[in-house]
Amino acid sequence: MPETKTPIERVSIVVSKGSLEGVYPALIMANGARMEGIEATLFFTFFGLDAIIDKRLDHLKVATVGNPAMHMPTLVGALPGMSAFATSMMKKEMEKLDIPPVREFLTMVHDAGCEIFACKASVDMFHLKRGDFCPEVDEVISVGQFYEKSAGAEIIFT
Amino acid sequence: METLTTSSQPLALDNDGHLARRADWNEDVARAIAAQEGIPELTPPHWTVIRYMQKVFDQEGDAPSIRRLTKQSGVDTKTLYQLFPKGPAKKAAKIAGLPKPKGCI
Repeated sequence: MPETKTPIERVSIVVSKGSLEGVYPALIMANGARMEGIEATLFFTFFGLDAIIDKRLDHLKVATVGNPAMHMPTLVGALPGMSAFATSMMKKEMEKLDIPPVREFLTMVHDAGCEIFACKASVDMFHLKRGDFCPEVDEVISVGQFYEKSAGAEIIFT
Repeated sequence: METLTTSSQPLALDNDGHLARRADWNEDVARAIAAQEGIPELTPPHWTVIRYMQKVFDQEGDAPSIRRLTKQSGVDTKTLYQLFPKGPAKKAAKIAGLPKPKGCI
């Protein structure tokens, strides 16, 4: 008998990093899931919260230090303006591929039916309020609630 | 090879279950595929999406991204997901008689 693989029906994606290259893979995977008819949830925690903080989400940067795959010596990566330069390069390439800026992407995945949550422990730690977040954020939830909402889902940590 | 049986004759499908030959497509075929995909009726906004996807495919060889689709066809993201539940890009392409879209966005 041929092996039958069960298709993925739900994914819960945890976003823990606030760099541009930390946030985009999660958004692309969440959107890709919805495009395939897979239910998707995004859970932003720790520095990942920057991606849903209204004042900050348009200004996420590529990290140019501590990333060997940038192929840039650490001291060069630390030069003033280097992160801004790398960020603008990446944004240009993204636009060519029709990948939207973070704010538009959040609206797009949310309109596509992806739920967006902020982690309560991180929100408390950074002294944030509900009003600090972009309107796409559905709720601030605890880790327990996250697991409840992730019932039957594959959890992806980024 | 799998086939799709409509009122006329069986039509060849590719490995993804999409129409193998674009020339086989017509509006009745679209309705038959839609019914199979759980969309009982194709309304004017469905046709707007289908025609737009065909136009882009004929010009560029691949279906448009969801972002472009919603920006240029005038059908917004929420509506698109309501029109083609469970995977709009893939379903719309299938109903439009096009191969499975290659893009990630």
